[in-house]
Amino acid sequence: MAYAEDDSHHDVPQTFIRKYVWSQDHKVIAVQYASVAIFVGLIGVLLSNIMRLQIGFPGVFDFITPERYYQYVTMHGMIMVIYLLTALFLGGFGNYLIPLMIGARDMVFPYMNMLSFWVYLVSVIVLLASFFAPGGPTGAGWTLYPPQAILPGTPGHEWGIILMLVSLVIFIVATTMGGLNYVTTVLQARCEGMTLLRMPLAVWGILTATVLALLAFPALFVSGVMMLLDKTLHTSFFMPAVVSMGQMSDYRGGSPLLFQHLFWFFGHPEVYIVALPAFGIVSDLISVHARKAIFGYRTMVWAIVIIGGLSFIVWAHHMFVSGMNPWFGFFFATSTLIIAVPTAIKVYNWTLTLWRGDIHLSIPMLFALAFLCTFVIGGLTGLFLGNVSVDIPLSGTYFVVAHFHMVMGVAPLLVVFGAIYHWFPKITGRMLDDRLGRWHFWVTFLGTYLIYFPMHYLGVLGMPRRYYNWEGYQFIPQSAFQLNVFITVVALAVGVMQLLFVYNLVHSAFRGVKAGANPWRAASLEWFTPQTPPQHLNWGPHLPVVHRWAYAYSVPGAAEDFIAQNAPAGDGGHEPQPYGTPEAVATR
Amino acid sequence: MSTDSAILRVAGSRQGDGAAGLAGAPVTSRGQPQAVVGVALWVFIGVATTLFTLFIAAYIMRMANADAAAIAMPSQLWLSTALLVAGSVLLRHAGVSAQRGGDGMARAWRWLMAGGACAVAFLVVQGWAWQLLLARQVGPAGNPAGSFFYVLTALHGMHVAGGMIAWAVVALRAGRSGPAGGWRIALLARYWHFLLLAWLALFASFTWITPEVARIICGVP
Repeated sequence: MAYAEDDSHHDVPQTFIRKYVWSQDHKVIAVQYASVAIFVGLIGVLLSNIMRLQIGFPGVFDFITPERYYQYVTMHGMIMVIYLLTALFLGGFGNYLIPLMIGARDMVFPYMNMLSFWVYLVSVIVLLASFFAPGGPTGAGWTLYPPQAILPGTPGHEWGIILMLVSLVIFIVATTMGGLNYVTTVLQARCEGMTLLRMPLAVWGILTATVLALLAFPALFVSGVMMLLDKTLHTSFFMPAVVSMGQMSDYRGGSPLLFQHLFWFFGHPEVYIVALPAFGIVSDLISVHARKAIFGYRTMVWAIVIIGGLSFIVWAHHMFVSGMNPWFGFFFATSTLIIAVPTAIKVYNWTLTLWRGDIHLSIPMLFALAFLCTFVIGGLTGLFLGNVSVDIPLSGTYFVVAHFHMVMGVAPLLVVFGAIYHWFPKITGRMLDDRLGRWHFWVTFLGTYLIYFPMHYLGVLGMPRRYYNWEGYQFIPQSAFQLNVFITVVALAVGVMQLLFVYNLVHSAFRGVKAGANPWRAASLEWFTPQTPPQHLNWGPHLPVVHRWAYAYSVPGAAEDFIAQNAPAGDGGHEPQPYGTPEAVATR
Repeated sequence: MSTDSAILRVAGSRQGDGAAGLAGAPVTSRGQPQAVVGVALWVFIGVATTLFTLFIAAYIMRMANADAAAIAMPSQLWLSTALLVAGSVLLRHAGVSAQRGGDGMARAWRWLMAGGACAVAFLVVQGWAWQLLLARQVGPAGNPAGSFFYVLTALHGMHVAGGMIAWAVVALRAGRSGPAGGWRIALLARYWHFLLLAWLALFASFTWITPEVARIICGVP
C-alpha cells in the first residue's frame, strides 16, 4: 500500500473561480450538487402544492387546467425521484462523505468529479427548459409510458417529452461519471487501517446504491434512447400500430410492454438507490446520538448488499396490472416479499441499537426516529401491494400514492434532513439553529402523517389516483372531499415550513453558533480533520491511520464515551470479530 | 493538472508514475495510478456490458413481435470484425512490449499506431455497411431488425470513438513516460478486448436471433 506522508507541494486553488465554481474539491462539488438538488426539490414541492390546491379546491384556481395538472404531476415525480433524491444522496452526501469517511484526500478522479456536477446541472437546465418550451413540459406521468407519452392528446407531446428524455440521458452520463469515481475511490483510496468492514454504514449504503445506479440507469438510458427515436425518427420500438386523433399513425408493431420492463428494471432499483444511502446514514445517526455501537454491523452490511441484489429481480411488481402470466406474477410477488427479510433485519438492528442506549433527542436523532416509524409504516403497506391479488384493486388508487410517498418519499427525506442537521457543523463550522430545526422537524414529521395517513383510507375507499377531479362519482362520499381539503391545507403548511429550513441553512451558514470540531462527539473519521471545515485535501500533511470501526461508543473503561477511529490502537474499542475466529476467541 | 498527478494526489501514492518493482515489473498495489485506473475501467466495462445486454434483451423481445423480419447482414461486417480482432491483438502486443521496456518501447509504439489505424478503419467499414443497407432500402424506421441494427452499431461505434480519444491520450503520453507508462497501453488493450466481445455479441445477435429464434426464446407461438 502506498500513502503520502508529504502533500505540501500540491497546489491549492487560489482564485474564487477555481475554489468555488470550477472546483475539483469533493467538498465544494458536494455542496454544489446539494444546492442545485435542493433548488429543484423546492420546485418539486411547489408543484405538489399546486396539485394539492386543485385536489382540495377544484375549480377555484383557473390557471390549473387539466393539461397543466398532468404536467405538474409528471414534473413533480421526476424531480423528486431523480433530480432531488438521487442527486442529493449520491452527488451530495456521496461526494462529501466518502473521501472524509474513508480517509482519502479527494475522489480519485477530481476532474471527472467536477464534470459530473456540471453535466448534472445541464440536465437540470434542460429539464426546467421544458417549462418554457412550446406546449410545456411532458404530462405523461413520471413513468412516461408509451404510446400515450408521445401521442397528441398528452400535454407536452411535442417538445416536453423530448426535453425530458434528453435531460434524463444527460443525467445518466453525470451519474455514471460520479458513480465510477465513488466506487473506485472506496476500493482504492482508503487510508491505512480502513478495511471495508471498518467503513461507516453510510459509506456502505452509498457505495451499494452507486453500484445499483451504475447497473440500473443503463436500463433507463436504453428506454430513453429508444423512445426518443420513436418520437423523432418514427421507429417502432415501443409504438404499436395506433389510430391517433382519427388518423392511422405510421407506427407498426412496437411493444409498449417492453418499455415498461425496461423502465421498471431501472425504476425498482431506483427505489433502493434512494433508500440504501438513507439506511446507511440513519444507522450512523442512530449510533452517534444513542451513544451506542450499531447493533449487528456485519448483518447490516450484508443486508444492504442483499437488498441491493434483490432489487434487480422484483421489477415486475410495478406491472401487475399490465397483465402477465400468473406464474410470472407469483415469482415477482415472492421475490418482493423476500426483501422484507433483510429489511426487517435492519429495522430490528436499529431498534436494538436504541435499546438501552443513551438517547439524545437532538434534531438528527428526531429525524432518525421519525424515519424508523415512517419506513416501517410505508413498508407494511408494501406487503399488501406486493401481493398480486391485493395490488390489482388498489393499484389505481390513493393507497399506492400513500405507500410510495411514505416509503420512498418521506422516509428518505427525513434522513436527508437528519443528515444535514448532523453534518452541517462539519461542512460550515456552524450549527443550524436548534429552535427553527425543532419547528421544522415537528411540522414536517406530523404534517406528512396528516397528509399521507388519510390517503390510505381514500385509497381503500377506491378514490382513483391521477384524476384531475372527481365530479359525479357516486361512490365517493362528501367526507372524502373534506378530507382532501384538510390534506391540502396541511401540505401547504409543510411546504412553507421547508422555506424556513432553507432560511435556517442560509442564515446559520453565516450567523450560526460556532460548532467546534466534533459537536456530536462522534467517533467516525470525518470528525477528525485537522481543520473544521476541512481544508483542501482534507488531512494536512499526514493521512490518518485507522485502528478500529466507527462505532466505538460508551466503551467500558475508556476516558470518554467515544473513541475516535484514528485514536491509538491501545485505546481499545475495536470492532467485534465474528464468532469462531481466533481474534474473537482471544478477546472473549 | 495531469490525470496522473491528480490520482497520485488523491490516493497519496509515495511512488512516482508507474513505479517499477525490483525486477522491473510494474507494481500494482492499491492506490497506484495503474490500479486506480484499472479498477475504474473494470467498473466502466461493467456499466457498458449492462447497457449492451439490456439492448440485446430488448432486441430479442421486440423481434418476437409479428412485424419483425430478418435482414441479411452486409458482408462488410466480416471485414470490420477482422479489423477489430486485429486492433485488439495489436494493442495487446503493444501493451506487452511496452511493459518489457528497452527496445520494446519502439515496437510498442508501432503496434499502438497500427492498432489505432485498425480502429479508424473499423469505423469506416461500419459506415460502409450502413450505406449498403440504406441502398437496400433498410431504413432506421419500419422493420425493428433495421432499427436495432442502426442504433446498436451507432452505440458501439460511439464506444469505439470514445476509445479513440483514450487511444490518442495514451499515444501522447506513451512517448513521454517511456516503459513506465506501459500500463496505460495494457489498459487500452483491455478496453479493446471489451469492444471486440461486445461487437461479437451484437453481430451474433443480428445474425442468429431471427424472429423465429426470438419467438422461441420469448415463448411466443
